[in-house]
This record gives sequence, structure tokens and C-alpha cells, in this order.
Amino acid sequence: MGANGRKPFPASLNPNTETRMSTETSIERHTIAVLVDNEAGVLARVIGLFSGRGYNIESLTVAEVDSAGHTSRITIVTRGTPMVIEQIKAQLERLVPVHKVVDLSSDAPGIEREMAMVKVAGVGEKRVEALRLSDAFRARVIDTTHTSFVFEVTGAPDKIDAFVGLMRPLGLVDVSRTGVVAIARGPEAM
Amino acid sequence: MAAQEMTGAEIVIKALIDQGVDTIFGYPGGAVLPIYDALFQQNQIRHILVRHEQGAVHAAEGYARSTGKPGVVLVTSGPGATNAVTGLTDALMDSIPIVCLTGQVPTHLIGTDAFQECDTVGITRPCTKHNWLVNSAKELTRVMHEAFYVATNGRPGPVVIDIPKDVQFQKAEYVGPQNVVHKTYRPRIKGDIEQIKKAVDLIAHAKRPLFYTGGGIINSGPLASQLLRDFVKLTGYPITSTLMGLGAYAASDPQWLGMTGMHGTFEANNAMHDCDVMINLGARFDDRVTGRVDAFSPESKKIHVDIDASSINKIIHVDVGIIGDAAHVLEDMIRVWKAKVYKPDKDALAGWWKQIDAWRGRKSLSFRQTGDVIKPQHAIQRLYELTKDRDTYITTEVGQHQMWAAQHYHFEKPNHWMTSGGLGTMGYGLPAAVGVQIAHPDALVIDIAGEASIQMCMQEISTAVQFMLPVKIFILNNEYMGMVRQWQQLLHGGRYSHSYSESLPDFVKLAEAYGAVGLRAEKAGELDDKIKEMINVKSPVIFDCRVDQLENCFPMIPSGAAHNEMILADDAEAATVTEEGKMLV
Repeated sequence: MGANGRKPFPASLNPNTETRMSTETSIERHTIAVLVDNEAGVLARVIGLFSGRGYNIESLTVAEVDSAGHTSRITIVTRGTPMVIEQIKAQLERLVPVHKVVDLSSDAPGIEREMAMVKVAGVGEKRVEALRLSDAFRARVIDTTHTSFVFEVTGAPDKIDAFVGLMRPLGLVDVSRTGVVAIARGPEAM
Repeated sequence: MAAQEMTGAEIVIKALIDQGVDTIFGYPGGAVLPIYDALFQQNQIRHILVRHEQGAVHAAEGYARSTGKPGVVLVTSGPGATNAVTGLTDALMDSIPIVCLTGQVPTHLIGTDAFQECDTVGITRPCTKHNWLVNSAKELTRVMHEAFYVATNGRPGPVVIDIPKDVQFQKAEYVGPQNVVHKTYRPRIKGDIEQIKKAVDLIAHAKRPLFYTGGGIINSGPLASQLLRDFVKLTGYPITSTLMGLGAYAASDPQWLGMTGMHGTFEANNAMHDCDVMINLGARFDDRVTGRVDAFSPESKKIHVDIDASSINKIIHVDVGIIGDAAHVLEDMIRVWKAKVYKPDKDALAGWWKQIDAWRGRKSLSFRQTGDVIKPQHAIQRLYELTKDRDTYITTEVGQHQMWAAQHYHFEKPNHWMTSGGLGTMGYGLPAAVGVQIAHPDALVIDIAGEASIQMCMQEISTAVQFMLPVKIFILNNEYMGMVRQWQQLLHGGRYSHSYSESLPDFVKLAEAYGAVGLRAEKAGELDDKIKEMINVKSPVIFDCRVDQLENCFPMIPSGAAHNEMILADDAEAATVTEEGKMLV
């Protein structure tokens, strides 16, 4: 996915305010949930918006969440200065099939999860060690042969990173990650 | 209303009529034959046959911008659609409501690389406000009405409806526009009243205020222009505008400072730089206006009113952002101003006007017309003087002539100035003039052109001749792509790489070949008579106005410079452009 790191705008936009300058330049990671009409081309619109305007996409997931109402939910993890993050949200909001945009990093604090399937091949000590470590990560074995495991592991993205990192010397052969899904804490809908 | 069953093509025509469309601009082809057949069998919609699909979209833009109504385009699949892309992008950049209907290969052939197939919705996705591929006639009526709603509400823009040929034959029920409500799109029209109060308080306490207005006022409609005039009069503050906003405020009014931006006036740009409260109404801090952003109006508090939330804080951080339609917000601003009985700071304002008058004294648009050679500015000035008392609409192509037109033709009313601002599309002016003349058959419609730009959509003169549209093409012929040449002179050591207009046609003979009238002025002394002759001719005219070949367009904010670092005509020799500036466009 087009994670091109073009700096969209000069960082120092108002030379009067020292404080503003310093916050404008700080790059923040934001998780944004977007509720869209599940119509043809809607994902292309969102992705095209990011690539066309040079925004980063760190992760993007999408699936229908209400088949009766034909709505899908897109979760995007992106990085940018506060001004760019605001711009991303405003640009998303003005896409015609977008119902709602919620910043789960600022508007409504959210929780994030990612799921990965991790295939590790090997025999002997390494195989035993992989299984032992998977237990520490509460990963489940969802497929096995005499020479391989497929683990299912769920957690925050850095937990998955850590697990994949540990599996690397133990015979890691394949990883498939879902990307981040997120939801706001508390009783309210988005 | 009882539902009626009709073919997709008939649904298209019926929906257009119900949307109040009386004119469409188009070009037939295989994938739109059923719609053209339906068009043939009715007489409520007039079809203007263009000569190239780009011309169809620009004509629709001219029609839209001069009437406030959406412009409608009908083109075929494949090349019909791809030719329309430039026009669509132009309309997107300048927020012009366009509904473009494209034919598509039948649904069962989509994705097979069929003859004249292209991924129209894919290609036009980034250059439209929204687009639809209609998979069955059942969806068609809803999509047609939604398309008009989306194109004209909120920030206006172009939309595309891609209609496969089999869908045009399918039968389905038609429903009227009143029965279609869009699921998601609800643009905000009324501004937040607390923000408006905050803004008006800032405005009232300003010492060096400035109104900076844009195309948003024009798009909002004549009421916004009227309210703007009321508010500007109420405050006594100076006002400038972007290229797209010309005409929203009367150029003859003493509070008018002229255009701001790269080729704006000395007084407008210095006021932008030095003001303490900037009131941006419907402009978008475009790079042609801001120049160097980190040196842009460094001491001002900024108020920004825009119907598009994404315009606010996009380029320039503002202190008060108001999302809403210009007319609604201006109405509230005036109400708040009157309710709180605000009075401008008279002493501060007097000092500010004194400063502005000093800048005005610099006469930044002055030029010297001496001898026989026609100065391009002089040509525009004479054109203005000889046409200002008529109902005149001006369109332009893109380049030096466009900037000279903006500087030296003065607009009193909105919707009389059609130019390609955001995209800067050479070839815009002639088809746009065709669209304007269609909408205003008795008006004087003039495309101020350059000899290079005009050749980009020259073929539309044939449309003008066919429909007896007496558009006037006033070419400032300096035998150069003048703006390119000017930049090469200022930035690239005078190496005029491929900017000379070689092998020009004889424009007088060209006009005659098309069945139009050709006129030529080569000397200053004959200019007025020739312009009068042009005005009196009741058919399309190509006017070849031979002008000073090496005249530059000043004042100019060089790339990478701030508003108070303008180059004026009389000190242009000393102008330098930084290395960083050369990187900019």
C-alpha cells in the first residue's frame, strides 16, 4: 500500500508562535475509523485520497459491518503532523459515501487489535521453543504438520511485531496480518 | 406520483428535464446512441454539438458559471470519457457544478478490453466530486437525481454518471427528484453562530483589516455578492479578491484594492501582508495567492469562511474557521454586527487607508503605450472601455493575457468572468465562451486569448458558427507562450526553450475558413476602430491583435517570495529569484 512519506506541507506555518511550530512538526500516529456506504469503489476512493494527497497509510482494514444498512467500516492507521491529521479527517469526511469519521486516537480513545497467522517450520529444539513461546503470547496453534505450525496470535500491533520477531530465528516462513481494527471504549457507538 | 416504466435512455432525458435542464453539451458515439435517440425524439432539451469532448465540459463550465445552474455534458465511452477528463479536473479545481453523462460498453463486456472501453469511474474518480457506474436501469433514476444534488450542494463540483449501453435499453420505473434523498451527503450550510460572533468581534476591533474573498462568493450566488457589498460598506474596510472571485465586489468602488496574488496589485498584496485581521470569505489560500506560506501575512488574525471543511487549516492556520455557505454566514455576520452596534475604529482605519493610498500611489498596473506597437495591457484597457457599458461576459485562456485581463478588465457584477483558475487550462476560454453565449444569447461574450492557448481548443469556433453564437475571440498575439517566455527570462537566463509560437496560422484566414469573421490590428492607432468593428459584427470573430512580443506581466510575486517582495514593472531588471523559488511552479 502506498506508504510514501512525502511531507505534505512546510512545517512552520506561523513563525509568530514558537509553541505552534514545535507541535506542528511533531509526527503523530492516529487510528481513524470511517463508516462508509458499502458501494462499489468506496475503498478505491479512500486509498486514492491517501495516495493522491501523499498521506501515509500504515495499516488499512475494511469489512462490511451492517449488511442490512450496507455499511462498511474502514480502520486506517496513519502518521502525520496534527495539521495533516486534521486534513486527513476533513478530506475523508467530504467523500460523498462517508457516513462518519472518528479519530480513535483523540476524539474517542479506542482500543486496537490485530490478528496474525504466523507459519513456523522446523524440527527439534526450535520447534519446541516456538511452541513454548507461542504459549507466552497466548497464540493458538490452528494448523500443524510434523515440521510446521501455524499460530494465530491477536493483540496490539507491537505484540504481533514482538512475536514475529521471536519466531524469525525459529523457522519463520510466512506471516499474514489483518491490520489494525479498533473501537472506542465505553458504551457509545461511533 | 405514479411510477412510469421507461427505458434507461428515456429515464436520463426525463430526469434531466425534471432537474430543469434545458441545454446539454455533447458528442455522440456508439455507447450513447440510445440516449441520443431519446434526445432526437423530444424537444425540451437543446443539444449543443461540440467538436471535442474537452470543449463540451468547458462549455458546460461557462454555462454553469454564468448562470449559477449546473452544466450538463453527454459523451460516449472510451475516448469520449478520457477527452472529458481535463474539463472535469478543471471544474473540480474551480468548484463548478457539472453533471457529465458518459456512455459505457454493455455490462457483459465491462472488463474485457472491449472497443472504446475504459475504466471511466476509475479514471475520473480523482477528478470528480463523485461518480457512479450504473449497473441497472433500476438504479438510474436515483443516481441521476443524486448526481444533481451532489454536484450543486455544498462545495459544487463535477460528477460523472457512467451508463452502460444495455442499461440505456433496459426498462425500469422512473421517479421524480422529490422522491430521492441522498443517504449520506449533508453539507453544512449555516455557520456556527458562536464562531461567527467571535469572528465579528475580531473584525470590529481590527486596526488594519482586509477582506480577502474568492470564488466561494460567486458560487454561493448573487445574494452572497450583495451581502458582501453590504458588509464591506458597513465596515468601511478594504477588500481584495482572488482571480476566481472577481466581480463579487464592484471594481469601481473606492474600497476595492484590485486582485491579490502572484500578479495582484501592489496595494492588495501589501495589505494582505500587513493587515492585522484577514477576513477570508470563500477563498482557499491557494499558492498563487499566498506566495511563501511561512511569510504569509505574518501579523494577522485570520478568519476563514468556507463551505468545505477541508479548506480550513489546509495551508494556512487560521484563528477562526467557519464552515458554511458564504451568503448564510455573511447574513449572520451582518446581523451580529448590527445587534452589537459595532463601530469600526475610525482613527486606526484612517491610518490604514492612508497607508493603502500610499501603496496605490505606486500605480503598480501602469504601463506606457507609446508609438505604434500595441501594448497588451493597452489592448485590454481599450477593450474594457469600449465594452464596459454593454452586457459583457469575459472568458480567458491561460497565461499572460489572462492575468492582463484580470488586471485591466474591471468587473462590476458576479458571474461575468469565466477563467480557469485552479487547473490553469489552456484551451478553456473559447468553449467556455460558447457555453456563456448559449446561456446569454444577446450578451457580448469575449474570449480574451493568447495565440498559443487558442490553438488548444480552436475547433470550437466551428460550434460557434454552427449555432450562430457571435463569440469574439480577442487574441493578444505576441507569438510566444508569453508566461512561459516570461519565466524563462526571469528564471532560466533568457533561454527561450520551445516557447516561440512557430508556424502560426493566419488567424484572419482561419476565421474565414470556419465561416467566421477575421480581423487584425497591428497598430495602436487602429485598435479602437477594429474593436468597434468586432463588437458590431453579428457572427463569431477571431480578432488577431498583434502586441508587443516581449512585454512581461507585472507586478509579480516571484516564486518563493513573500507578498511584500513584489517585482514591479519599473524595477524588474533587478529582480532575482532564489534557488528554492526556481523549484516551485
